[in-house]
Amino acid sequence: MAVKVDARGFTCPMPVAMVQKEVKKNAPDALVVLVDDRCAVENVTRFGRSMGYKVAIEQQDETFCLTLEKA
Amino acid sequence: MKKVNWMVVIAGAFVGVAALVLTLLGNPANMGFCIACFLRDIAGGIGLHSAEKVQYIRPEIIGLVLGACIMALAKGEFRAKAGSSPATRFVLGAFVMIGALAFLGCPLRMVLRLGGGDLNALIGMLGFALGIFVGVQFLKRGFSLRRNYTMGRPEGGILPALMVGLLILFLAVPTLFHLSETGPGSQHASFWIALGLALVAGALAQRARLCMAGGIRDSIMFQDFKLLYGFIAIFLVALIGNLAFGTFKLGFELQPIAHSSHLWNALGMVLVGWGSVLLGGCPLRQLILAGEGNGDSAITVFGMIAGAAFAHNFGLAGNADSLNEAGELVVGGISSAGKVAVLLGIAVLLVISILNMPQKEKAVQKN
Repeated sequence: MAVKVDARGFTCPMPVAMVQKEVKKNAPDALVVLVDDRCAVENVTRFGRSMGYKVAIEQQDETFCLTLEKA
Repeated sequence: MKKVNWMVVIAGAFVGVAALVLTLLGNPANMGFCIACFLRDIAGGIGLHSAEKVQYIRPEIIGLVLGACIMALAKGEFRAKAGSSPATRFVLGAFVMIGALAFLGCPLRMVLRLGGGDLNALIGMLGFALGIFVGVQFLKRGFSLRRNYTMGRPEGGILPALMVGLLILFLAVPTLFHLSETGPGSQHASFWIALGLALVAGALAQRARLCMAGGIRDSIMFQDFKLLYGFIAIFLVALIGNLAFGTFKLGFELQPIAHSSHLWNALGMVLVGWGSVLLGGCPLRQLILAGEGNGDSAITVFGMIAGAAFAHNFGLAGNADSLNEAGELVVGGISSAGKVAVLLGIAVLLVISILNMPQKEKAVQKN
């Protein structure tokens, strides 16, 4: 089951720091990350790819749902 | 080799070129852009401090905020948000300004000074990087100023609207304002050219998320060098431009609007680096975020303006190196009050960093 990180309301670099903490702690195969800031979308995507995850982005109203899965 | 983000390079290069042009057209040396100096000039211009040599309504600040605002609106990225520890951000903004004015420049001017051969900026950069490193240690351990919340659109438009108001008032009734007749405040490029260049710089900085603190921070935290390319682009353009125009002067002493009091250059920038990490971005980034509708960044900008007023009302800001009547070097620096303020700022940042760590919250939840 995917680990969920709710980083809505946090501005950079907090969302990436939250994802990084989760990846370092549990090294999950999949994460679902919620953010509401375009800059956070870009940064989490870049970080996820650098850690070997495939990243899919869905937008619902002002929330972006990023699904990170091990490639 | 990491992939280069060209948008950041373009934004950085443009800021570097604009800074060179503005300096050639009248801005003080190595001060094509300086967010701290220009907010300080605006603080003086509206009468919040009475240092007669640093009072002017700098169109660069107005342009950066409005350029970011226009670009954010055009790209559908304007979001009115606020509520992430606003009072703390005000205090952080004020101390970041006090640190920057001790050094005599924000991180952007630090890079421009480096490009002009001012080695004091290298000392400042060491302090800046150290401050960022310390801030990152707290971030890694869970430091947070908490979430922000969606606000009504007017909240997000406060700083852009104030900038429009300031622009109209300055053009319509310039006699309302205090304007320097000598000193750095009196040295400025044509109003409209400065405004135009800053509008474009603000728009590009919004797209690129340009941040002077973010480059070093992300390199340390995530081995992500994207923002560092902007930092490097500004430096290289400033360096090449200064070499080409014959304004490159390598050394420590008698650099333009700079002092060679090394310890205080470094400690001032420790304050700026650490504070910028806690705030989520350097003074330039705060202007851009405020333009995108972030009310917390607008509060930070107000804090920086208040910090500038404090710095000059209480004699905390740095004094540049100079020559006395006998032609001997008088090393500038900061007053005893300024030294106390910088040390107090570092102590305040430590307290804010510790009090906003997650452990306390968890302990409360357990009870």
